[in-house]
Amino acid sequence: MAETDLLITVLGMALVTYLPRLLPAWLLRGRALPPFITAWLRYIPAAVLAALLLPSLLVEGGRLNLTWDNLYLWAALPAALAAWKWKSLFGTVLVGMALVALARLLGW
Amino acid sequence: MPQDKTLLPSLSKPLARLAPALPVVLGYLPIGFAFGVLAAAAGMGAFNSLLMSLLVFAGSAQLVAVELVAQGLTPWSIVATTFIINLRHLLMSASLSPYMQEWRPAQVAGFTFELTDETFGVHSLRFERGETRAKLALLINLVCHLAWVAGTLLGMLAGGLIRDVRPLGLDYALPAMFIALLVMQIRGRVYLVVALMAAGLSLLVWSAGFTQWNVIIAAVLAAAAGAGAERWQKQTS
Repeated sequence: MAETDLLITVLGMALVTYLPRLLPAWLLRGRALPPFITAWLRYIPAAVLAALLLPSLLVEGGRLNLTWDNLYLWAALPAALAAWKWKSLFGTVLVGMALVALARLLGW
Repeated sequence: MPQDKTLLPSLSKPLARLAPALPVVLGYLPIGFAFGVLAAAAGMGAFNSLLMSLLVFAGSAQLVAVELVAQGLTPWSIVATTFIINLRHLLMSASLSPYMQEWRPAQVAGFTFELTDETFGVHSLRFERGETRAKLALLINLVCHLAWVAGTLLGMLAGGLIRDVRPLGLDYALPAMFIALLVMQIRGRVYLVVALMAAGLSLLVWSAGFTQWNVIIAAVLAAAAGAGAERWQKQTS
């Protein structure tokens, strides 16, 4: 793609990315919302994180890996336990990475 | 709520306050690196690659975009695809909005510019704990953004040398971070059910072929179910 086309692409991407990020916070931040909506918003983080997480653990190269050698999935269990016990972002990341590195070292 | 618990300023304190950014930095460096390498391979010049990481700051969308550039798609297709991929940030922005009531408009504008899956996860945790000061939030975002750009730069410089991040398990930094953030969101039974529903629905929708919509659809429905259950519980108690 030509340089100018690329530039247009990047600028276009920036715009369509920023607007959905900006507008809700911008328009809603002073508002008192109906109780159902505030409850709904409170569950959004858990819902979004879970919705992001499961496919990311199962999808490899565009396809689902539901077999026993899905390292990401196996490593998730101790990582989740570590998160539950220590409530530490960094600790969980370390545990997860270390497990994956170790497993690969051992030939996974 | 004041978060300054120590009275003695020290070198470690400012760094300690940036600690929430660390897992994101660990994740963004290798993925930014991957993006930089792929962008160079797809023929994107240094300027546009860096500009994308600077102005778009969206890992999945950028990686998809590089793929589409390599395939020769038009700018319009790529922009439209990016819009769909990043639409879920609409929900994230809405869900953080209650915590920004005291913020100045410029702070809201600056903060949301750097709202990604990862910064959302970090801040939804912090904000709920009462750590809602705008300046620190902006600083944390900036550090994450810099890590993303730095990773991109390194990847571009590395060019053809696709170094393997796998032996260090670095590719697991982001999934591990999401796991931690998710676990810390589970504050009760309803949250657990919402998470399970969202995960299941997301997978279902993805498998049905709606690979750009699965997160939004799953999150909207699962959170609604949670809110509905909670409201129903309140009304019957």
